[in-house]
Amino acid sequence: MNVEASLIEGRGLRFAYAEGRPEVVRGATVAVERGRLSALVGANGSGKSTIIRLLAGLLKPSAGDVLLGGVPLARVRARERARRVAYVPQGVSTVFPFTALEVVLTGRSPYTTRFRFENANDLEAARAALAAVDAAHLEARPVTELSGGERQLVALARALAQEPECLLLDEPSAALDLKHRAGLIRHLRRLRDTQGMTALVVTHDLTLLDPDFDRVYAIRLGEVAAEGAPSEVLRDEVLTEVYGDEHVRARQAFGRTFVWSEV
Amino acid sequence: MEGAHALSLNQKLKIANQKSAGVRLRRALLWLSLMLLVSTLLALWVGYQRLDFAALWTDERARLIFFGLRLPRVLMAGVVGASLGLVGAALQAMFRNPLAEPLTLGVSGGGALGASVAIAFGMGARVGGLPVVFVAAFAGACLSVVVVYRLARTGATVLPGALLLAGVVMNTVAAAGVVIIQYFADYSRALQILRWTIGSLDVVGFDLIWRMLLFLVPGWVVLLLLARDLHLLAVDEETAQSLGVNVRRSERLVYVSSSLIVGVTVAVGGTIGFVGLIVPHAVRLLFGEDVRVVMPCSFVLGAAFLMLADAVARTAFGAGELPVGAITALAGGPVFLYLLRRQQRYTAL
Repeated sequence: MNVEASLIEGRGLRFAYAEGRPEVVRGATVAVERGRLSALVGANGSGKSTIIRLLAGLLKPSAGDVLLGGVPLARVRARERARRVAYVPQGVSTVFPFTALEVVLTGRSPYTTRFRFENANDLEAARAALAAVDAAHLEARPVTELSGGERQLVALARALAQEPECLLLDEPSAALDLKHRAGLIRHLRRLRDTQGMTALVVTHDLTLLDPDFDRVYAIRLGEVAAEGAPSEVLRDEVLTEVYGDEHVRARQAFGRTFVWSEV
Repeated sequence: MEGAHALSLNQKLKIANQKSAGVRLRRALLWLSLMLLVSTLLALWVGYQRLDFAALWTDERARLIFFGLRLPRVLMAGVVGASLGLVGAALQAMFRNPLAEPLTLGVSGGGALGASVAIAFGMGARVGGLPVVFVAAFAGACLSVVVVYRLARTGATVLPGALLLAGVVMNTVAAAGVVIIQYFADYSRALQILRWTIGSLDVVGFDLIWRMLLFLVPGWVVLLLLARDLHLLAVDEETAQSLGVNVRRSERLVYVSSSLIVGVTVAVGGTIGFVGLIVPHAVRLLFGEDVRVVMPCSFVLGAAFLMLADAVARTAFGAGELPVGAITALAGGPVFLYLLRRQQRYTAL
């Protein structure tokens, strides 16, 4: 693999949530290629979310390295990291009724200081980010009153307001309906094609991957069990092993790969 | 039809929201400063003896009462109120819980226990011994915060119900500790502890206030500097971390400075509850949720609020005086219950 081509790279990552607890990531190597849409898939508890948190710099690996543009992430200042990498956690449950715009504006914090609030530019960037995910109408609504899917859109808009080089999204489509799921993929595709955005997406939605994603990493027991183009990974024999489930089927139709498990 | 209506309502809301946080903060501070000024004048004016401002130029005795008793007391109420308002706003943001404040989290209780230990050892009688009382109260408050936080935190989340329960239990245990110390202390010191637990902002001269400020100002500065980090933390902890906030460091700084501030105010004025609950809540209703606005505004409004509450305590019963903590509890208790009921809609406690 060409190292220059990867924007964020985790090499031989290992991690356990507490000393003496079993490792949830066991030697995973993931290179997120610049300007590509990549996906992390795998069974529940396989370590996908932990891997994406390690890549986001929220957790420190017990062994292995995370590199951002070839530089060890530990040496990148947090503020600099926040300008380049945006992370969206699985679920955000805000208690206080901040407006959607206020939440999106927090994405501008890597560009403001302790003593300066957001200016007109920041406000414009935040509004543009909301519009980019078709959520401009939510601007003044308290996030506590939004549906799960609307909150996910707001969280995504916050990440876009950071104007990052790379998006790390943990199950962004989990609470989205069919229309918004397709919308999300369209947004990601457009960001990649027009701005060269890099993204790594944790998802259980395997049918979204082919043909829009460029690369898929299948995680099993904290290790990368298979990687490649969606068409290479989304195959019965690969998925059977990744999910430990012989009922998984992957079939091509209408130019997509459909994946399901026989009941 | 419905869509058109929703749109117009939305647009109205948008206009209210268009002001950036910076503009909102400046406006809010302007209004609140005016209110603080009015509160100060009112609190200076009322009392057992109503103040005749004109007499200050002519009457030596009036000057003595004003500069020796009235002004220091009003200033003390302002300093304590500002401290409690600010700490309440910071704790609420950090714990993402609108019910958090020094009293409900057991910080006041821990501070009270620490202070009574110091008083029992004879440190409270002289102004010179006060720093020792402050430090002991600070240590007690710190211990409380750490215990409550450890109990309520599981992994990445702080359980709101466990947080408040742990706070209540800490307060009860600390109160028991104070009673036991009182029991074993000699008579005069026991009386001193009793008088102090009732809580009063009674003060003669400015000496004590300067000494307090020595401890309080650094705490205030640290908390206000953390307002931005706390704003991000109030939205979501993981997101805040990904935005560059050093969560552990910010948390530690908030514990230490909150404990310091609460410890010192408790050591001087006893437990004055619910100021840190009511004040940030009122600020949020008036000026929105942005923590960078809520914190400085709670500081100013807290000062005004406690000055007025203390004025009520001083004058409600003629020559007698109510503990100001009773006034704030009477005002704050119902607000707590109302917020509790409202919060249950969002989070299972």
